[in-house]
Amino acid sequence: MSEYRIQGDTGEWEVVVGLEVHAQITTNAKLFSGAATAFGAEPNTQVSLVDAAMPGMLPVPNRECIRQAVRTGMAINAQINKWSRFDRKNYFYADLPQGYQISQLYHPIVGEGAIEIQLDDKDPDTKKTIGVERIHVEQDAGKLMHDQHPTMSYVDLNRSGVALMEIVSRPDMTSPAEAGAYLSKLRTILRFVGSCDGNMDQGSMRADVNVSVRKPGGELGTRTETKNVNSVRFVMAVVEQEAKRQVALIEDGGKVVQETRLYDPDRNETRSMRSKEDAHDYRYFPDPDLLPLELDDAFLEECRASLPELPDAKRQRYETALGLSAYNASVLTAEVETARWFELLLAETAAKANKPEADVAKQAANWLISELFGALNKLGKSLETSPISPAAGAELLALVADSTISGSIAKQVLEKMLETGDGAGVIVERDGLKQTTDTGAIEAAIDTILANNADKVEQYKSGKEALFGFFVGQTMKAMQGKANPQMINDLLKKKLA
Amino acid sequence: MTGLTDLGIAAIRKGVVDGEFSATEVATAFNAAVAEAQVALNAFIVTTPEKALEAAAKVDADRAAGKPLGTMAGVPIGMKDLFATHGVQTTAASKILEGFKPQYESTVSQKLWDAGAGMLGKLNLDQFAMGSSNETSAFGNVVSPWRRPNDTAPLAPGGSSGGSSTAVSARLAPAATGTDTGGSIRQPAAFTGISGIKPTYGRCSRWGVVAFASSLDQAGPMARDVTDCAIMLEAMAGFDPKDSTSLNLPVPEWTANLSGDMKGKKVGIPREYRLDGIDPDVAKTWDDGIAWLKDAGAEIVDISLPHTKYALPTYYIIAPAEASSNLARYDGVRYGLRDLPDGAGLQDMYAATRAAGFGPEVKRRIMIGTYVLSAGFYDAYYTQAQKVRALIARDFTEAFKLVDVILAPTAPSSAFALGEKSADPLEMYLNDVFSVPASLAGLPAMSVPAGLDRLGLPLGLQVIGKAFDEQGVLNASLALEQRAQFTARPAKWW
Repeated sequence: MSEYRIQGDTGEWEVVVGLEVHAQITTNAKLFSGAATAFGAEPNTQVSLVDAAMPGMLPVPNRECIRQAVRTGMAINAQINKWSRFDRKNYFYADLPQGYQISQLYHPIVGEGAIEIQLDDKDPDTKKTIGVERIHVEQDAGKLMHDQHPTMSYVDLNRSGVALMEIVSRPDMTSPAEAGAYLSKLRTILRFVGSCDGNMDQGSMRADVNVSVRKPGGELGTRTETKNVNSVRFVMAVVEQEAKRQVALIEDGGKVVQETRLYDPDRNETRSMRSKEDAHDYRYFPDPDLLPLELDDAFLEECRASLPELPDAKRQRYETALGLSAYNASVLTAEVETARWFELLLAETAAKANKPEADVAKQAANWLISELFGALNKLGKSLETSPISPAAGAELLALVADSTISGSIAKQVLEKMLETGDGAGVIVERDGLKQTTDTGAIEAAIDTILANNADKVEQYKSGKEALFGFFVGQTMKAMQGKANPQMINDLLKKKLA
Repeated sequence: MTGLTDLGIAAIRKGVVDGEFSATEVATAFNAAVAEAQVALNAFIVTTPEKALEAAAKVDADRAAGKPLGTMAGVPIGMKDLFATHGVQTTAASKILEGFKPQYESTVSQKLWDAGAGMLGKLNLDQFAMGSSNETSAFGNVVSPWRRPNDTAPLAPGGSSGGSSTAVSARLAPAATGTDTGGSIRQPAAFTGISGIKPTYGRCSRWGVVAFASSLDQAGPMARDVTDCAIMLEAMAGFDPKDSTSLNLPVPEWTANLSGDMKGKKVGIPREYRLDGIDPDVAKTWDDGIAWLKDAGAEIVDISLPHTKYALPTYYIIAPAEASSNLARYDGVRYGLRDLPDGAGLQDMYAATRAAGFGPEVKRRIMIGTYVLSAGFYDAYYTQAQKVRALIARDFTEAFKLVDVILAPTAPSSAFALGEKSADPLEMYLNDVFSVPASLAGLPAMSVPAGLDRLGLPLGLQVIGKAFDEQGVLNASLALEQRAQFTARPAKWW
């Protein structure tokens, strides 16, 4: 595994990265108020008295939010703290109605865990374990709208009080690729668990990127924190740009200052937002409105029992039990929707063929990855918006498996299925795409081709065996693709012998 | 009709139930008393005679229809202006909330209305319940109905529930709600010769009560006597799922189980409360109380609460720390006062709004609280204070292994004159010296009138009980009440 290095004037530099990821917990209700959390609702329509911090209002923890945080912790094999506590983080801002954010500084609900990444799906040597220091739950703030009035800013409190998990990694990443892989993997896990929808473009997930540089193996340098980066690509860009900037700065005789920065994707650069000197003093202290959070064994057991098969385990099973290649297993487990789709397809296919899943898994996986993905891609669609269902896919695969149609015809049928929404059987029947197993017809076609290409037959017989493929192609063409390829092979061999 | 305003909760309800008089007659009589006293005593920030009449009319109609009547049926009460009341201005006696009309009703006030009580108005208080004399109210201080002999100097009604104490003492209301963070029910009750109980922390929901210090704030009743307090507390208390710190326990039948018989009970006398230079009248009243409880059958036991002397400094770290955060929401953005100078940005708006909206005592406590929570001082102040708070609570736990209740003075003196202590915050804070320890430990504590001092002003005795043992507190208080025979009341001068 090659090390990522920044080439400076004074030699090589290493980058050290840690991520703090804010993930919105998928629930219908906010962390402490019971108000709804729909995305894109009209401003200030998802706001309770608690969210608006009216006088005398009090927070009450939402059990489902706590449950999802615990399940997430379990999914990364983290320590679950049966006793945790909420703290207030005090600061003034117009989008923060209480004047403090309820968070967990001193006693987070989830402690040490780990996430395994693999930079190259085909190379197990690129595996690396990234430590997760903690996960805590906290409230989101509202949003300021500056475009509603020439001189005033407006406040939308729809997001105020929405539950977030803050997932804090160890500074274990040493390249943009590792940072990207970590964020992708974390997102996959959250989506498998169902604790966060991972929609980065809607702000459901965003990362604060901590970057420092050092001479390889040397002391850790001063870090900067680039806030609210909202895509994997941007996180990688931030690491790259920030590392370069820091190396150039140090080599110019400057010093990296601990500060908060913002990423500007249009110019692909980070900019200083505020330095440590004007950092807030958040005056954290335990929230006296809330009792410590105590989790009992029954609750933890329920959380554990409700966990689905997680991506690493699933991938392992696809390789060992289903015999899929490492690459295919990785592709199929990268998204919870892909794995779900694949497993439905697999079950239907196995049922139709009356065979164990392991016997049809490769066929199903190959078709899904090399045929369906490509076809959907062309239409600008994904599995989530796919016009055909796993059952429809299984029907098509069954037609190939029992030699009703050939693989190449199957491609045409798939296109028509996507176009019309009709089933594979209907299309094959209607368009007369069934494979011909009529020996006479195939033989007649072969005879004509051999007669018209006497020179090539001569060359074949004198040892140019590569021409066999030419004859197969010509025959298939003459049969309009509908002949059984195995039959063509057998008959050709006989006639050319 | 004037006789009606001399009645307390139990008597009013009985009269209404028995048909001796109507709830409407009662409400009318108290409304008149409120109106007559408003200019001189300033007990209310807003009066709501129509609310009192409306509730009374409903009780009268229910009675006529033969429907069951609640435990507070026909009783008009004063509501401390810290409780959010739907559609009725709720200010916490601060300019920053002037004009604020909540679209919700606090749990405690709702329970009282559900029990048949009506609202005479919103009672004045120290601003955000911060004060011991009512002098920090933004709406002018409440004046006690009591006066020193041959002296018209206005006296403090105590604080922060000073509007409540004055209203009950001056017969403007048979009872009133109070809230107690470090003594805000007990000290004003003692100053005005009435009874008041702060129940165990968590008994009464804090939902809809403007927060001062969340870990200490607790609502309770202020009334003419112990029985009325028991009736009203039963109506106010109860688990509220909207308050995470609310006690999930059934409300005991305190009234039905009231008994002044102290046989077999042990009463602790904490030696640390006998301060050097204690007011001789206060000391004598305390000795009277000891004798009365002995007479009621109790055994008197000397006990020690060794960390008592740290209670005040601990309280004045924790309460301001919580307040500094609780009051951050008053920022001019969503409700209440907004001071937006020309060309001002957000920070300027905060500064101008809070400068104009908060009074000096509130600002002082916000600054103290901000300081003790700030980086570099947090451990030395806040963390240390939390440790001491735990030690103070442990003192009580140890003491209650030996005794059933503790008897102490409520306040170190009788009512002082307005202006007498307001120049020196520290001297004002000392007023809470006997009341703060029970607050820090979250224990039920009650003040009952015990006698008059050499100036003819009321003195109170305080009974502190075990957590959840309001019954023990009420019973010991009843034993004191039965023997103190406190019948003094302020001569009407307003």
